[in-house]
Amino acid sequence: MNVKKINELFGKELKVINMGLDSFADNLRKEEVTVLQMDWKPPAGGNKRLISLLEKLGH
Amino acid sequence: MKKILVRKNAYYDSVFLMLATKGLKQRPGIREAVVAMGTEVNLALLKEIGLLSGEAESAKPNDLVIAIEAETGDAAEEACRIAEEILKKKGHGGGEEEYRPVSLEGALSIFPEANLVVISVPGLYAAREARKALNRGLHVMIFSDHVPVEEEVELKEMALQRGLLMMGPDCGTAILNGKPLCFANVVRRGPIGLVAASGSGLQEVCCCIDRMGGGISQAIGTGGRDLQDRRVGGRMTLMGIEALKQDPATRVIVVLSKPPAEEVAATVLSKLEDTGKPCVAHFLGRKPSGDLGSIWFSGNMEEAAAMAVALSRGDRYQRTWSSLSEAEMATVAEREVKNMAPEQRYVRGLFAGGTLAIEAMALFEEQGFRVLSNVRKEPGRLLQSPHLSEGHAIVDMGDDVFTLGRPHPMIDSSLREERIAKEAADPETALVLLDVVLGYGAHEDPCGALAESVGRAKAQVAGRGGYLSVIASITGTEKDFQNMAEQKKKLEAAGCLVMLSNYQAALLASHVMKRLESRAHSGLSA
Repeated sequence: MNVKKINELFGKELKVINMGLDSFADNLRKEEVTVLQMDWKPPAGGNKRLISLLEKLGH
Repeated sequence: MKKILVRKNAYYDSVFLMLATKGLKQRPGIREAVVAMGTEVNLALLKEIGLLSGEAESAKPNDLVIAIEAETGDAAEEACRIAEEILKKKGHGGGEEEYRPVSLEGALSIFPEANLVVISVPGLYAAREARKALNRGLHVMIFSDHVPVEEEVELKEMALQRGLLMMGPDCGTAILNGKPLCFANVVRRGPIGLVAASGSGLQEVCCCIDRMGGGISQAIGTGGRDLQDRRVGGRMTLMGIEALKQDPATRVIVVLSKPPAEEVAATVLSKLEDTGKPCVAHFLGRKPSGDLGSIWFSGNMEEAAAMAVALSRGDRYQRTWSSLSEAEMATVAEREVKNMAPEQRYVRGLFAGGTLAIEAMALFEEQGFRVLSNVRKEPGRLLQSPHLSEGHAIVDMGDDVFTLGRPHPMIDSSLREERIAKEAADPETALVLLDVVLGYGAHEDPCGALAESVGRAKAQVAGRGGYLSVIASITGTEKDFQNMAEQKKKLEAAGCLVMLSNYQAALLASHVMKRLESRAHSGLSA
């Protein structure tokens, strides 16, 4: 079982992309973690058929 | 007077919207208020309460719906104006100058050094985003639930092949490199590494370790199904154990889970043995049957913490850490039942943490009580309605039935406050058992909010000639932003007995209930 990348992460500073609840990013900043908050929205306006088409196209 | 507005393509996260809704509902003259995204579930909810009409009927998941029912037209107008103000402020708040990319590709183009993606988008979309992150070599934590198990297996398999962390779905808690993620506490760093398939359980064990003077190297969450569902087969638990095995900063490994599937448990135990490090295994609701080589089995979460701390110091474990001795518990029990009325017979546990509820239930059953709950599957143990306690009852108020369209009780205590009042109105309630979870993600003053309800409940029962016993535990540390000592004081001032761990609170509650039973049997009453 290869866990090298996990052990590397343990030795590094966390750099987080937060996708979703803003409060999680705010809390990490209070702990001095570098965070990038995304402006996430449901893909294809939440249209399930379009989303599955996008998936098939590799997006 | 009803007023319904739709704002096209204005996406806000669910926790923010639920709190905004709550704020509006509390305004004078407002009968009903909903501020939500136009998802199928939310539209159905609006229809049910008669607030779906006009443009809102064709709202999409990206559209925001503001629906108000007020006593007067003016009140409805005012509420809508306030809602728009809150939303506008939110849109501009938190990071005015900060650029917020809309896609992971965009995020990585300006932040290529990112190494972890935390995903809390609606469950329907979470796996899709996680797949992208794993494909780009990023570690992932999925907080979202309602992700199908097939997708969980696929994601964890991807992570396994790439040597990456895939924590979750439904992973509420983790601490990596000393940094609390999502719902987690600020704990001391140290040599104890944990892998847990339970969020509130992981918080409880980490906080107990911290209070006992121990410290945490890493706390890896796996999501509740990792060990319980054969299809997931402990994939992330096994990877987590391997990573802790290879981590020089970790000297002791703790694994924590609700009862695992039998064959998965065997694989995990053999993996633990293989680490060559001292290990503690705690499988909730399963009684330990002796220790196995380097693996210690704990009977409760507090004990798991105590064992880990002892092992990390090279000591033999002995139970020395307790806030009350057996004799003191007996004295307290005597005092608590003294003024109870003869019809007061039952314990009512109202829990925010699912694993904390299970631990309390297991203890009561061990002590010979028959406990009903909304989350029990055994025949004859399921409450007929989760909203109505009967007999001895322990309710997990974080369960889906309570949280659909409402914030989790760890974030917003109003559901529990209402339920405390309901239990106090039931003449058969003798004792209310509570858990309080502090830390990031949780309510900013949970004990302050609960203390008021506890005070009112106690006064109500006293007013009809009885006495309501209230016992609570606080899962938190001195370093959590809510201020543990202040929180404890607030509950105690309301007459609540506060214990150092969930196990001890449940144990004290069981002592009180035993004393009450023996008083009833001896035919004495106060």
